[in-house]
Amino acid sequence: MTSTTERSVPKMDFTNAEAGSRTFPDSTARNYNYFVPAKRKQSHYEDVTVEVQPDPRHYLAQGWLYGFADGRGGYPLEWTALKAWGQDRPVPERYPGSGGKGYDWPAHGWHEFRDPNEEWELTFFRYNSNVERQVNANIDTARETKAFEQWNPNWVAFVEQHVGAWMHVEQGLGLYVFANANRRAPTNMHNNAIAVNSMHRIRFAQDLALYNLTLSEEIEGFDGSAHVKTWNEDPAWQGVRRVSEQLTGIDDWAEAMFATNIVFEPLIGELFRSQLVQQAAPGNGDFVTPTVVGAGEFDFATRDLRWTTAMFDLLTRDREFADHNKAQIAQWLSVWVPRCLSAARELQPLWSQPDLRPPRFEDGLDRVKNRFEGILAGLDIPTPKEISQ
Amino acid sequence: MSRQSVAKAHQKIQELAWEPLYHDPVSQYGTDYTFSKAQKKDPLKQVLRSYFPMQEEKDHRVYGAADGAIRGNMFRQVQERWLEWQKLFLSIIPLPEISAARAMPLLFRTVPNPELHNGQAIQMIDEVRHSTIQQNLKRLYMNNYVDPAGFNSSLRNFQNDYCGTIGRQFAEGFITGDAITAASIYLTIVAETAFTNTLFVAMPAEAAANGDYLLPTVFHSVQSDESRHISNGYATLLMALADEGNHALLERDLRYAWWNNHRVVDAAIGTFIEYGTKDRRKDRESYAEMWRRWIYDDYYRSYLVPLEKYGLVIPHDLIEESWNQIWNKGYVHEVAQFFCTGWLANYWRMDPMTDTDFEWFEYKYPGWYDKYGAWWENYARLSMPHGNKPIVFEDVDYQYPNRCWTCMVPCLVREDMVMAEIDGVTRTYCHEACRWTDVEAFRPTYMGRETPSMGRLTGNREWETLYHGWNWADVVSDMGYVRDDGKTLVAQPHLDLDPTKMWTLDHLRSCPPLLSPNVLLNEMSTDEKQAFHANYVRGGPAGRPAPAEAV
Ligand SMILES: [Fe+2]
Ligand SMILES: [Fe+2]
Repeated sequence: MTSTTERSVPKMDFTNAEAGSRTFPDSTARNYNYFVPAKRKQSHYEDVTVEVQPDPRHYLAQGWLYGFADGRGGYPLEWTALKAWGQDRPVPERYPGSGGKGYDWPAHGWHEFRDPNEEWELTFFRYNSNVERQVNANIDTARETKAFEQWNPNWVAFVEQHVGAWMHVEQGLGLYVFANANRRAPTNMHNNAIAVNSMHRIRFAQDLALYNLTLSEEIEGFDGSAHVKTWNEDPAWQGVRRVSEQLTGIDDWAEAMFATNIVFEPLIGELFRSQLVQQAAPGNGDFVTPTVVGAGEFDFATRDLRWTTAMFDLLTRDREFADHNKAQIAQWLSVWVPRCLSAARELQPLWSQPDLRPPRFEDGLDRVKNRFEGILAGLDIPTPKEISQ
Repeated sequence: MSRQSVAKAHQKIQELAWEPLYHDPVSQYGTDYTFSKAQKKDPLKQVLRSYFPMQEEKDHRVYGAADGAIRGNMFRQVQERWLEWQKLFLSIIPLPEISAARAMPLLFRTVPNPELHNGQAIQMIDEVRHSTIQQNLKRLYMNNYVDPAGFNSSLRNFQNDYCGTIGRQFAEGFITGDAITAASIYLTIVAETAFTNTLFVAMPAEAAANGDYLLPTVFHSVQSDESRHISNGYATLLMALADEGNHALLERDLRYAWWNNHRVVDAAIGTFIEYGTKDRRKDRESYAEMWRRWIYDDYYRSYLVPLEKYGLVIPHDLIEESWNQIWNKGYVHEVAQFFCTGWLANYWRMDPMTDTDFEWFEYKYPGWYDKYGAWWENYARLSMPHGNKPIVFEDVDYQYPNRCWTCMVPCLVREDMVMAEIDGVTRTYCHEACRWTDVEAFRPTYMGRETPSMGRLTGNREWETLYHGWNWADVVSDMGYVRDDGKTLVAQPHLDLDPTKMWTLDHLRSCPPLLSPNVLLNEMSTDEKQAFHANYVRGGPAGRPAPAEAV
């Protein structure tokens, strides 16, 4: 015998509440209508990103509601010395009977920036999961095929110390330059791109750390803690460390982005990764490290540099402040180019450590200087004289 | 996945943390808290190698469900009453989410433990996930639900609407002021640990009961990240408690954060769940019942109280008072009634209540009908433009309330209204706790001690004041709450989409101008203000003006 007790469940109604079931004002108005898309049609990326972070110059009628102790709230434009057109117009004043309207979209040039990588959560997790899967598969295959046995002792030492040391650069900059800056830029488009960049670096740092762990398990005598000692004590690395720390000390968020992605990355990051590790590894029997390091290199060269140049390109060609911005950037270059070049030169002893030598340090440095000048030229910024030092 | 155990991998990545030898990182945020450095463990134990695929897998489920909902014509059975309120909710919530991402670096320098930073960076990207996945859900509603108005103008409206402004505290409070007050106590200890349960668990259940299973899919996915964030907050809280000197600040911040969250979240979510639903089964939980379970029992009794032994001073009185507001003083009912009174200043359609609704309210909240029934009958009667004006202009025994200067919800529980004069201007507050927040907590000194890092309450905090003296048709045009025929309002006090039954700017043109209660108050003499206050606190419930004084 069965007994049934009536379960309490919500009852479903046929409501006919689907698009197109009725015609009335706005019944076909199916676009976010509070911003002007960068191209003819608004993109999915724009829809999920634009105007989430408000601006009192647009619609924020009641202004920022909470401030720091000095009364400033939100995302002050003065948090960088660079300027975008229209920003010197005052925030519209609101007072009894003033109404709430601000300037027409976009009100000032900062809102014209779009991340060319169009990153939002779906693209972000898809991409980074794929990278992780690929990196893991490469390492697993190497382990199964005993690929690490090919490595000569000097190369083992090179990887444990120097490839290992690089993880600290990624971690430190990922957290204290990029994650830090995601609070500071004036629009949601900037800050999301910065947050994504931050995670690329932290992911790469972890990839290197976990690769290091695998190597300590697979290679007899591989010292899994040597990277810490190298980062703390090896004189060749102290220049890189010093300039990394200086980067974390920058107050101006755009300067931090510029100094890191436009100056430091080509002159030091690519010098180390592309001109040294990627060139030296195959000759020393290592086909695995380049795939791990290559994943990080690919992030920078294709994604992180791409959004960075897109952002600075708007600023150096700004219809109102191009000259102001270029002068400011020139001043930044005069600080960061010498710092990065001297740190790069301090790395030079690394070039003589592998048994089978990579191409000469000077040639590598010339190559990255050329690339650096090319990036600047693309931004309409003249080559700074400091580069010839 | 690699054979390396997660524990081993996690231990390895601890080697990544390093401290500067040559130059300190920039210090951009202040706190009046002090932390002494102690070895701490990363509370998250999350390695990106497993984190990314885990999140991707969660995405697969969310986007799979989204495709299924469209193919399965979910919108044929979605309740419009419910989805209309989502126009408000989904315009608010992406900003708090992204603000939580922005808040993380406030903790980098103020809490001197690099072990915690890894977890904070993961929370940052979790919050980017939440913000964009919610924008995407709203986009899907805009594309597939019968009435896109209000979704299509979502972020403009959120930013200039007073309901949006109330909600915006739940974002700006995370990112400004004292770094610990904001990013730790207000954000993680109170907003995430206490109130996300009602946002992301209770509300989705109600959505499902109204035919919408996408909102639960998205918000449960969001909520599954929340336990990590709660661990972040807990680790910081324990460190703060370790220093006696922080205890007074913790007490202050818990009081402010608790009360503000109660005022803001209970107003909004309470209204959605009680007045945005068609599910009137007697055995479904009311908001009060949910609150008692999720917030009172799970958060207050199980999470907060055990912290008392570490020296945390818990605002027992304010927690009991919040319950008193919800259960005895009808806080949620007062708010819903106010939202509907001011329907024309908003951007969604607000369905009248029916006899079925009345019966449910009376069952769940005995005495409801005597207080609110007549007003809701008037609301239904006045919902279409048949020679009458919108309800706010009609005589329905309702006194338009003054705004609370702190939480910006009006002073709806009339007997609790207090006033204070600040910089020569009289402000009104919905409750003593809101007066205290403005007058005592958000100040550069607190109980005789210097608090130079404490934030400030800023902005034009009374919406009505911006439009003082304006014709309502101009107000609504200025805010942009007009449909594409140039005259029909986005908001309507009913769900009928027949254009002949919808209110237009023309109907508003002949209405009296908008007058700011605060401007009027400040035009009064001191004696008049006192009399006004004495009268105001005798008003209510349900917004009734004070009865004439017996002679
Ligand atoms: Fe979140
Ligand atoms: Fe209040």
